[in-house]
Amino acid sequence: MSMFQNLMGWVDARFPATKMFEDHMSKYYAPKNFNVWYFFGSLAMLVLVNQLLTGIWLTMLYNPSGEGAFMSVELNMMRDVEYGWLLRYLHSTGASAFFVVVYLHMFRGMMYGSYRAPRELVWIFGMTIYLALMAEGFMGYLLPWGQMSYWGAQVIISLFGAIPVVGDALTEWIRGDYLISGITLNRFFALHVVALPIVILALVVLHIIALHEVGSNNPDGIEIKKLKDENGVPLDGIPFHPYYSVHDLVGVVVFLFVFLTIVFFFPDGGGYFLEKPNFEPANPLKTPDHIAPVWYFTPFYAILRAVPDKLLGVVAMGASIAILFVLPWLDRSPVKSIRYKGWISKIMLALFVVFFIILGVCGVKSPDVHVEFLPFEMTYRVLGQIGTVFYFAYFILMPFWTSKETCKPVPERVRMTH
Amino acid sequence: MNKFISVLVLLCLPVFAQAAGGGHNEYLVPAPINMDDKVSLQRGMQIFMNNCIGCHSAQYMRYERAATDLEIPAEIMKANLMFTTDKIGETMHSAIPRDLAKKWFGTIPPDLTLVARVRGADWVYSYLTNFYLDESRPWGVNNHIFPDVGMPHVLSNMEEELGEDKFEEAMADLTNYMVYMAEPIRAERERIGVYVLIFLAILFIPVYFLNREYWKDVH
Repeated sequence: MSMFQNLMGWVDARFPATKMFEDHMSKYYAPKNFNVWYFFGSLAMLVLVNQLLTGIWLTMLYNPSGEGAFMSVELNMMRDVEYGWLLRYLHSTGASAFFVVVYLHMFRGMMYGSYRAPRELVWIFGMTIYLALMAEGFMGYLLPWGQMSYWGAQVIISLFGAIPVVGDALTEWIRGDYLISGITLNRFFALHVVALPIVILALVVLHIIALHEVGSNNPDGIEIKKLKDENGVPLDGIPFHPYYSVHDLVGVVVFLFVFLTIVFFFPDGGGYFLEKPNFEPANPLKTPDHIAPVWYFTPFYAILRAVPDKLLGVVAMGASIAILFVLPWLDRSPVKSIRYKGWISKIMLALFVVFFIILGVCGVKSPDVHVEFLPFEMTYRVLGQIGTVFYFAYFILMPFWTSKETCKPVPERVRMTH
Repeated sequence: MNKFISVLVLLCLPVFAQAAGGGHNEYLVPAPINMDDKVSLQRGMQIFMNNCIGCHSAQYMRYERAATDLEIPAEIMKANLMFTTDKIGETMHSAIPRDLAKKWFGTIPPDLTLVARVRGADWVYSYLTNFYLDESRPWGVNNHIFPDVGMPHVLSNMEEELGEDKFEEAMADLTNYMVYMAEPIRAERERIGVYVLIFLAILFIPVYFLNREYWKDVH
């Protein structure tokens, strides 16, 4: 026996290292027909690791106080410390990249019905990660203590004020002050660097344990565990390691190429990843002309603004996220994948993507501005309202069209498409 | 379906592009920026130190950093460009006390370190070159880019002396310096970025063939 085997034997007698590696890597059988959409799960993990590592070092350089925060970012991080700028850009671009890959990952799930039984909990854990990620992004955005940090947080925290009776007391409790101040900054810092990362990491573990228990879905939406060989290995399954580990490596390199192009050449992301007013220190006495949240919140911000009443707007925004949690029970189709669903599902999903992007644009624009890309006159407010109606109609009507439409027959075995 | 979705996403891109563009000012012109032109950056810094630092600070920028990046020897920097301190490791503070500035101009002149990132290089260049006479304003001047600006036309003597073309060149140098000051690492990060992307492009080759080798028997 080699020294390595001796060592592993010693460890395995005390800790299930080999068993865990086999359960989750070398003997975890994934469908062999994954396509390009299946890269985004592992990429989300990659970005999470990037955020954790760069975040640890940024914490060493950052001064969490109203007086020192902006200075520590713009002078110490960006100029004084060697490669501090790189850590900061990796982290700020990483935040946007996180939402890009998570949105694509969620869209993949919607397309191939990955939320359907028995994967409801995989979806719910994933949605909870998304929710925690939104909180993480929101709190992190306050930390540079720029104008948009300050006023963006001001707008979002004031939403809690719409809640009847306890609203005002609640906003004061969240801020720890009568207005956003260094006290708010300190608590957001604590939540951003300690509390929420722990929550997110725990949820990622739950997400993956639940996934590996039921096995991955695939573009055909076929349960590969139904057909197994004499050893109990799914006929259409393939060991995750080495097949998908080397496969994901290709995705990682392509992703890094795009990601690092932005980091090194366009770190502002055209004013969307780092908003221009955020290069001005927070000033409670000067409201910026136009307050827009960071791009990844804008679809939900548009839904908030679509409703004329503040409280109902907050309710609509909450509902727009809550309704995603119950998606597994809204889809009544006999098939999982969009490949075998009827034409109504295909058109509705395509429209959903279009309207989600339109809502995102509406969230950036002033509501009274006319929509430039339409041939007729319409304000962004009205467009946002149409988008909001479609957003909710998509989910509320889903049980009806999915149970009525004619679907194509699903084959026994998966199809290789790449 | 995949192709269908990809096409849809591509169709939506112009919507984003459209959304990114803001209002347009006819006086806004593109700034001739060149981060590699050290001489232009040095001239720009000279103009900045002689005309701007009196009222405006650049408190996130150290003299020493500018001296190193712009290849200005420390003695020359100390003798000719540092008016508010004699320590080269200091950040750039303005000469004017804040309360006095408030009294003279009605507002504290903003810090200029990051103005090129807040407003953009084109805005800075257009602002500097677009002062015009306006009797109704306290200083007798107004600006096409920043209407009713509180700042007097500090560079009017320079504009008269140099003539329009030379003045625009000088303002291009000043803008160049202000873009540099807003992000001193810019030229260096783009230089490193090229090597990073070349490395990834080369790394792609073994990774691609490793994947193909494993997957060639999977059907």
